[in-house]
Amino acid sequence: MTKKTYINGVGCISTQKTFDTVFLEEAVVNENENVLKIVSPAYKDYIAPAASRRMAKGVKNGIVAAALAVKDAGVENVDAIITGTGLGCIEDSEKFLTAILDNNEEFLTPTSFIQSTHNTVAAQIALTMQCKGYNFTYVNGAVSFESALLDAKMQIEDNEANSILIGGVDENGAYTTALFKLSGRIKQDNQEPYHLLNATTNGAVYGEGASFFVLENEKKETTYAQVLDIEMINTLEVNEVENKIISFLKANNLEISDVDAIVLGFDGNAAFEKYYSELAQNAFAATTQLYYKHLCGEFDTASAFGLWMASKIIKTQDVPEITRVNSVTKPAYNTILLYNQLNGKNHSFTLLSK
Amino acid sequence: MTRGVAITGMGIISSIGNSVEESYISLIENKIGVSEIQNISTIHANVIKVGEIKKTNEELIEELHLDETNNFSRTAMIGALAAKQAVKNAGITSINEFRTGLISATSVGGMDMTEKHYYDYFEHPELVKYITCHDGGDVADKIAEELGLKGMVTTISTACSSAANSIMLGARLIKSGKLDRVIVGGTDALAKFTINGFKTLMILSDNYNKPFDNTRKGLNLGEAAAFLVLESDELVAKQNKKVLARVSGYGNANDAYHQTASSENGDGAYLAMKKAFEVSGLKPSDIDYINVHGTATPNNDLSEGRALLRIFQDEKVPDFSSTKPFTGHTLAAAAAIEAVFSVLAIQNGVVYPNLNFEQPMEEFDLQPQTSLKNKTIEHVLSNSFGFGGNCSTLIFSKS
Amino acid sequence: MEALKQELKEKIVTTLNLEDIAIEDIADNDPLFGDGLGLDSIDALELIVILDKDYGIKLVDPKEGKSIFQSIETMAAYIEANRTK
Repeated sequence: MTKKTYINGVGCISTQKTFDTVFLEEAVVNENENVLKIVSPAYKDYIAPAASRRMAKGVKNGIVAAALAVKDAGVENVDAIITGTGLGCIEDSEKFLTAILDNNEEFLTPTSFIQSTHNTVAAQIALTMQCKGYNFTYVNGAVSFESALLDAKMQIEDNEANSILIGGVDENGAYTTALFKLSGRIKQDNQEPYHLLNATTNGAVYGEGASFFVLENEKKETTYAQVLDIEMINTLEVNEVENKIISFLKANNLEISDVDAIVLGFDGNAAFEKYYSELAQNAFAATTQLYYKHLCGEFDTASAFGLWMASKIIKTQDVPEITRVNSVTKPAYNTILLYNQLNGKNHSFTLLSK
Repeated sequence: MTRGVAITGMGIISSIGNSVEESYISLIENKIGVSEIQNISTIHANVIKVGEIKKTNEELIEELHLDETNNFSRTAMIGALAAKQAVKNAGITSINEFRTGLISATSVGGMDMTEKHYYDYFEHPELVKYITCHDGGDVADKIAEELGLKGMVTTISTACSSAANSIMLGARLIKSGKLDRVIVGGTDALAKFTINGFKTLMILSDNYNKPFDNTRKGLNLGEAAAFLVLESDELVAKQNKKVLARVSGYGNANDAYHQTASSENGDGAYLAMKKAFEVSGLKPSDIDYINVHGTATPNNDLSEGRALLRIFQDEKVPDFSSTKPFTGHTLAAAAAIEAVFSVLAIQNGVVYPNLNFEQPMEEFDLQPQTSLKNKTIEHVLSNSFGFGGNCSTLIFSKS
Repeated sequence: MEALKQELKEKIVTTLNLEDIAIEDIADNDPLFGDGLGLDSIDALELIVILDKDYGIKLVDPKEGKSIFQSIETMAAYIEANRTK
């Protein structure tokens, strides 16, 4: 029989205080900046200085978020570690590249090169946990994290693993941020306040973070939610999204009216807002609508923060006011659908249930 | 024993050829692709040798019929060429007709463009289009666009084992019934970033690489792309497709030993091979040829050799060779090009020579096959290992 | 020689981010690798770059580092004998 996949532990390091808190009660919406910075945990509590001395920001955040998730799930070991990242440890990539260009390829040291390898977060978590199991890293824009989720779910269903640590991690790098402003991916400076809903300007408000989850094949006391399904599609037109959702729900014997809340990836980019607003105004007008990128910023694995939020909602049945797009409320939040895309590409649909 | 997942098409471009046919001829006629670097200006040009595709970006643009507004990185271009060949080879005319996915693999993606234009973006608006090349997923997006593929697209980046993992994921997606066919593989173009990265690790040879030789000094980098088409048995039967070979086993494990080095006794490699045997239901003695990772770094070959001796225990290690003296180490593409070589070995009944080998390693008694050998090959095992302890093994079998 | 040793200690602590180690705690004969300072093979590569960049000494084979980087004492002696800048 096919095993079911449960989220049994979560850990989140983000641009909000998402550690040592209950659930976004200290969250602040910052509309004055177009690039949000991470709220750092006390790394020393989790990583020995000797071990952390070479670690990139993303590696440290990944290790802490992973440790939080593992502790939350009450597990000692996992069978596999799967991560997703859009740009990897971009600060070290910048550092190594700058050194190559500025020193004409001389006097280079290996540390930043090693940290720039995309799989370095998953690898260093494996090294820290001494986990010799399956170890994968996905790097595909906005579906980097969802690829990890799908992979883990397949392994649990096919009985290849009992518990899997998955996570999405990305970090901001100063030069890359400047390039993203230049290319229009990040909103221009001096256009604040940056509102994410009903946006009138292009580009997104950027952020960074690491969200990790322990997935297991058994429901237990720590369980947040069950992952019913996950699907990724590279290319969709705005008018194709609704039908896609209907067929996705149908494959899980559900209809739109069965969805208690829809979590949308609004990121303030007017150019692609229609992907969400069409759904919000039409098919899901009577559904509770939630968003999260005003809290964590946009980045390739921001959707992992969305999953963290949706998991917390199902477990606590608490919907923080700050996350609401509309005023529709439901008696219970047992079925949540997440939809995300970035610049019209890499669409993902994730379905959670109690 | 399970039958494995059908391979119905292959495409490849590397320093030893621009097609499957050209690559095969090079392999059996000892035509090596490792040479002096031409397309990248680097201060290391005189002290390194590389497996470079002797085509300029302009030539690649022309070959793909891209217009001047294109923003393809070199990695995306060679990837698109190989993927298109594979799709054509599999006789696919309508790419979205069945549930079709693309799983690509790359280590640095479009870094070739980032490093070329890094400081120029602010002064040259016409270059801004290349900023997006830095995204790890940009290459797969571009290949999907070239193929017209709209469905599931993702990319794996586990350093030098990346493409083995994309083949593994593709096989699993078909086995689990999630997709009907998947285009799997990897692509990596040479970049200053990579050359200097490996240089800082002091594992680049100043001469031709000599896998499993006692005097080996390190690897030669290379660039390549290869893609394979995997299809479900239902689809193969329905369309009466020719099956080139099958992916019968796969295994992935982490060495959890060091960020860049492999463990003394090759734990990760051993575990990856062990899992691949479990998945395939085959025994080590069923293997007729091993296409080893064999990068010719002192560390890899020692660790891999020890892992081979462990997995084959008291049995004789079958004929093995590294094809990296032909192509150089093509990083995230390595496992994909070696998958194509493995299928060709099965189809043609050949074991390729491990070139440049002279003297067995002092640590153990392992001697690679040094000349072309003809024999019936039912099963090939192919290893690929990467930084971060990533170890992957694939087993290919005759259909 | 004493000045060079002090300089090397400072360089090692900053370049290798040894935040929790005080310069005065490093004895000239303490082993740099293993039980001593606990440096590893990646640190060795960093030290090779220090030799090249600051003292004009190029090592081609990382294995050469093994005897040179035994301690601050051996490292300083090697630099004294071979430096070109």
